[in-house]
Amino acid sequence: MIAEETTKKIYEREDLLTGCQAVAQAVRLADVDVIAAYPIRPYTEVMDALSKIIADGELDAEYIIADSEHSQFEIVKHASSVNARAFAGSSGTGWCYGFEALVVTATDRLPVLFLVGNRALDDPGAFGVEHNDAMAVRDMGWLLCWVTTPQEALEHVLIGYRIAEDKRVRMPMALAMDGAFLTHSQHMVKIPTTEAVRRFLPRFDLGDGRLHPDNPISIAPQVNEDWVMELRRQNWDAARRARGVIKQAYEEFNGVFGERYSSPFFTEFMTDDADTVLIGLGTVCAPGRTAVRRLREKGEKVGFVSLRWFRPFPTIELREALSRFKAVGVIDRDFAHGSPDDGGILLHEVRSCLYPLKNRPAVTNIITGLGGRDVSIDDCIRMFRIAQKSKTDDKLDDFVTWIGVRE
Amino acid sequence: MASDVVVYDKIKGVHKIPLEEFYTSGHRTCQGCESATTMRGFIKAAGPRTIVTGSTGCMYVANTSYMTTPWIVPWMHTQLGAGGSSAVGMAAGLRALKRKGKIKDEPINAIAFCGDLGGGDMGIGGISGALQTDYDLLIIMYDNESAANTDIQATGLSTYGAQTTFTPPGSKHRIMQRRWKKNVAGMLAVGHPTCKYVATACATFPPMDYMNKVRKALAVGGPTFIHTYDPCPKGWDFHPRYSHEIGEMGIRSGLYPLFEIIEGQVIYTYDCRKSAKGRTPVKDFLVAQGRFAHLIPEDFEYIQKRVDEMWEEWEIPGIAPIKGILKG
Repeated sequence: MIAEETTKKIYEREDLLTGCQAVAQAVRLADVDVIAAYPIRPYTEVMDALSKIIADGELDAEYIIADSEHSQFEIVKHASSVNARAFAGSSGTGWCYGFEALVVTATDRLPVLFLVGNRALDDPGAFGVEHNDAMAVRDMGWLLCWVTTPQEALEHVLIGYRIAEDKRVRMPMALAMDGAFLTHSQHMVKIPTTEAVRRFLPRFDLGDGRLHPDNPISIAPQVNEDWVMELRRQNWDAARRARGVIKQAYEEFNGVFGERYSSPFFTEFMTDDADTVLIGLGTVCAPGRTAVRRLREKGEKVGFVSLRWFRPFPTIELREALSRFKAVGVIDRDFAHGSPDDGGILLHEVRSCLYPLKNRPAVTNIITGLGGRDVSIDDCIRMFRIAQKSKTDDKLDDFVTWIGVRE
Repeated sequence: MASDVVVYDKIKGVHKIPLEEFYTSGHRTCQGCESATTMRGFIKAAGPRTIVTGSTGCMYVANTSYMTTPWIVPWMHTQLGAGGSSAVGMAAGLRALKRKGKIKDEPINAIAFCGDLGGGDMGIGGISGALQTDYDLLIIMYDNESAANTDIQATGLSTYGAQTTFTPPGSKHRIMQRRWKKNVAGMLAVGHPTCKYVATACATFPPMDYMNKVRKALAVGGPTFIHTYDPCPKGWDFHPRYSHEIGEMGIRSGLYPLFEIIEGQVIYTYDCRKSAKGRTPVKDFLVAQGRFAHLIPEDFEYIQKRVDEMWEEWEIPGIAPIKGILKG
């Protein structure tokens, strides 16, 4: 009975929602002040949902239909500078169209939250998922994380604002989710009460950094070589501090909503006694985990690691976790043409993170699921086979394997 | 929302201009810089309850250096093409915070400035978007007819025939700037029927005109736009002592039409039609500047013909290049 009463207070209802709709509910709960919209598939459904939420009076916010992504991102950046909590989002080439604004939002240290519904970059046109769009901000001073269910998506809008707006951090946040597979797939979602959200998420306060006649400051004057390096260093420090704030935010979240997250940065599945694991971002964890179960039935010691936080990268935690395994297969739903070993972006990050270890696991790379191509359970079993082989064969002919491509 | 708007009095003479400065020392603009005068004037007219964004351009790079900012009011840099969108962001943020009781409900001006390259070329879509909203904001496009901070490159607003670093006269092509000056204020007025105020101005001529236009724009409410003509001694190649005179000559020649459009009503602040004040020869204005030194008589004739057409044949002189509907 007590447990049920507590649940009632934390959640107002349960609803069948897509990833985008779940984010829209979270934006309502976060009492966002300014939203700027511009259509592009697949993220755009969040703006459809928000426009209706606002039309029905469920959220009091300014809703601006911008003339381009560049304006869309600049609008929320400047709304944030006057201390408004702001939300926007995009996908694929739309994200790239506003890239200049994305860079300055980070260097101006304005904690706007963006939804990135991952989409393949043109040309040729494709609506399906690919992670290169969101990855483009990875070195710019952004918080960047991937979620795998609508429930997680909803919760990470709240967690995202909590971290981004913390004065030790003040970085914009990109909440990435796989186009179609998550943006448009429906799950049952528990929607928190505004009271519970208020207990977790404090009001946004830029303090003496806000632009207001009572606080006449100049933001981002020309500095040239005199000060840029010191400012870059401040961004660097903020990104480093963010790791600690992330941990604190999840503890606080668990404190209000129960033990939702055992680890902030990544989730391990059946890894306790595993010798071979796959690691990936986003919804590829679904076929990955099913493949783990099937191989476990045959007695194979395999597991799956779903990486959630990409920026800041959980260097220490991931290094420690992966050091327990003999082989790690890194799944990239992105490309980095011409990069070392011609692998994907995640490969380089993971391999670099493991480099200081004396006894490193064997690391291989799988590039798959580009442009929204389905990644099947059998595909994931093949990935495990490649990773397992790498344990004994350190001279693999094909260090990088493309799975699911017609050759 | 009229209650959001500061109420202003018309400045009735040079001696009535507010003494208090909100754009002061610290900037590094050139001697004779008329764009600096444009900056100083708008913030004098608007007063301290104002937030300003400045797009990248000479009025950013030369104007607002770290530790020596001239701005007494809160100011923020915005990107080259973000004049319109930065104003919308500020105004929307302020409106939401006031309505939701998160900050005191009081009138605060949101002003964005951008240059002719940032506003007239790159940022024209963002300005158009801003003028479609109902936010109280003012966008000032200061037009010195070039990318003045990057070495004087031609923009879509450079006068026909002007020499710039992108349009040097050569042995094969005498004229490289073959584009006619983009009619930004006219285009924005015609394209945005709900925008209540669009004007052109020159910071120093006629006296008081510019500052009162800024006040009118801020007092009328909603999104508003002012295009200023700012002679640039460095880019236009004339002695800095003559900046005001060059501006006045440009306006008297009819090349730079001065007008305001208040809720659809056109008022010429300097009427260059033959039936009104008339025009001085465009050549007098052009030969006063080094950037037109390579022009020959037929170029002057061509420019003069276009200016004459603008004032005597356009259906809305100086504003909309449509001919012959009413006469037919």
